[in-house]
Amino acid sequence: MPLIATDVLTKRYGPVTAVSELSVDIEPGVVGLIGANGAGKSTLIKILLGLVPATSGRARVLDLDVATSGAEIRERVGYMPEHDSLPADVSATEFVVHMARMSGLPRTAARERTADTLRHVGLYEERYRPIGGYSTGMRQRVKLAQALVHDPALVLLDEPTNGLDPAGREDMLGLIRRIGTEFGISVLVASHLLGELERVCDHVVVVDAGRLLRSSSTADVTAASSAIAVEVDERTEEFAALLRSAGLAVTPVGRLLEVELRDDTTYDVVRDSVDSLGVGLVRMERRRHHMSEIFTTSGATSV
Amino acid sequence: MSDPTRSADPTRSADPTRSADPTRSADPTRSADPTRSGVIHDIGYRHYDGARLGRRHVTRALFVESAKGAYGLGRSTRSKIVPMLLFAVVCVPAFVIAVIAAVTEVSELPSDYTSYVLNVQVLVAIYVAGQAPASVSRDLRFRVMPLYLSRPLERVDYVLAKYAALTVAVFVFVAGPLTIMFLGALLAELPLGEQVPDYLRSLAGGVLVAFVLAGVGLVIASVTPQRGLGVAAIITVLLVLGGVQGAVQGIAGAEGEDTVAGYAGLLSPFTLVDGVQSGLLGADTALPAGPPGDMGAVVFLVATVLVVAGCFGALLLRYRRVSI
Repeated sequence: MPLIATDVLTKRYGPVTAVSELSVDIEPGVVGLIGANGAGKSTLIKILLGLVPATSGRARVLDLDVATSGAEIRERVGYMPEHDSLPADVSATEFVVHMARMSGLPRTAARERTADTLRHVGLYEERYRPIGGYSTGMRQRVKLAQALVHDPALVLLDEPTNGLDPAGREDMLGLIRRIGTEFGISVLVASHLLGELERVCDHVVVVDAGRLLRSSSTADVTAASSAIAVEVDERTEEFAALLRSAGLAVTPVGRLLEVELRDDTTYDVVRDSVDSLGVGLVRMERRRHHMSEIFTTSGATSV
Repeated sequence: MSDPTRSADPTRSADPTRSADPTRSADPTRSADPTRSGVIHDIGYRHYDGARLGRRHVTRALFVESAKGAYGLGRSTRSKIVPMLLFAVVCVPAFVIAVIAAVTEVSELPSDYTSYVLNVQVLVAIYVAGQAPASVSRDLRFRVMPLYLSRPLERVDYVLAKYAALTVAVFVFVAGPLTIMFLGALLAELPLGEQVPDYLRSLAGGVLVAFVLAGVGLVIASVTPQRGLGVAAIITVLLVLGGVQGAVQGIAGAEGEDTVAGYAGLLSPFTLVDGVQSGLLGADTALPAGPPGDMGAVVFLVATVLVVAGCFGALLLRYRRVSI
């Protein structure tokens, strides 16, 4: 049973198509939902929560139909919105207890789960202080805690690293990874940054303008692309010609040469060419996919 | 935490003195041992297998928490001050009336139950103006609504819980002093046959006034996410309506337009309910003119029902627009 399954799902707001004929099956695990701002990530999450009706097509979450079983889905799913959504005048403990009760937990269970969950997301003494005085990192943790407090089967996280500094980002990503592994809760995390998701996700779904560009394991998406970047200290033109004569495609990119990577012998060719010209090899590295490349290359193939 | 290699130590399982081993308190599998309770174990993430109460329970929980919250119960000390102080103040005149009745030999209370709310309407208005925004503006202003809506609760449940909670809170606010007066009457051994019906009439009026004020207050609060603005708007609306009502009634009365003067009561929530109380429930009106005749009484009742239904409908519409 897939965790999430959509079938030619489409959502239009008037003339704007937010989600367009999206068909994708997502298996349990930590899944990244990647797309530029306005690519339809948030709309998709709202449809999956059963809060926004799809214009056409169908979607199932935890094997429940979003159109008819929204309440059941929301009972077993946690949601962390992108924007700030915390009242300033209550403490994290008070707020998360309240939200646990709003998820249907009895009073005592709500208190126990709140204490546990706040500890797991890394809020300790400060949880008794009003949220108004929290840093962005602490606020994100409270938002995450309220999404986890009822022990959902799946959490939907919308841009959880927004506004965090690099250290805070690391913490949040580590936490997301732990939710998927230690806690055993499936995660769908939406972000416009592929770079940060590739480290925590098992699988990524890439959307652009509401269309599915790609759904594959993280390893496939972020596998070093079939190119290496090479920089030599002099005689770059001659060096490029030498590589071409060995049958490799070479594209100059500024001071770098992008060399097609066929297999491991390509490295040998580069090494030998450097040696035969007697130039200094400044840099040789695998090229990684960039977000933009995924969009252009996959976009071209899927159209 | 325990040394992870210990549990795999083959010599330990063979040791017959194991159960007396004092170092075992570090063994995480022994955490249930009551004699070892001083040791804190990080037992990792625990799943929740307990009850998950449905939508109706959640709505009820929101109702109870909101109703208590309207008196600052379960909230910080700071949020208790204003509602508790107002409640104390609104009870003072009733307390004075009760004391006068108890210590002096009067044959009836110095003031009617049914006119009490009208006499303290400024206090009631201030209370509603303080608590309606506290109840709903916060969730809108800080965008907490998406967190509610991503849970089993539906939009209509939220509106129901909040409306019911504030209605109960306002009712308690007016029923408190009425009950103090009634207790004073009992102490003074005034005839129950006269006191009880009047007391019950005033409670019925209290229910109506609570429904009307909670509705008006919540509608205004739900369109003013800025709390201060909401407070000011509600006070202004309630007091201005009261002022306009008084002026229209006064002028019409002076001009001899008795029907107009009677219907002027429709203009303010307090006099609207007073009209139902006097026209339909048989109380004496505290106003210069009550609803004219049976027809007038029906008009006041219909108007009250329409105001309550209209407020509820407006709230539903308002919350249908709240996006997540």
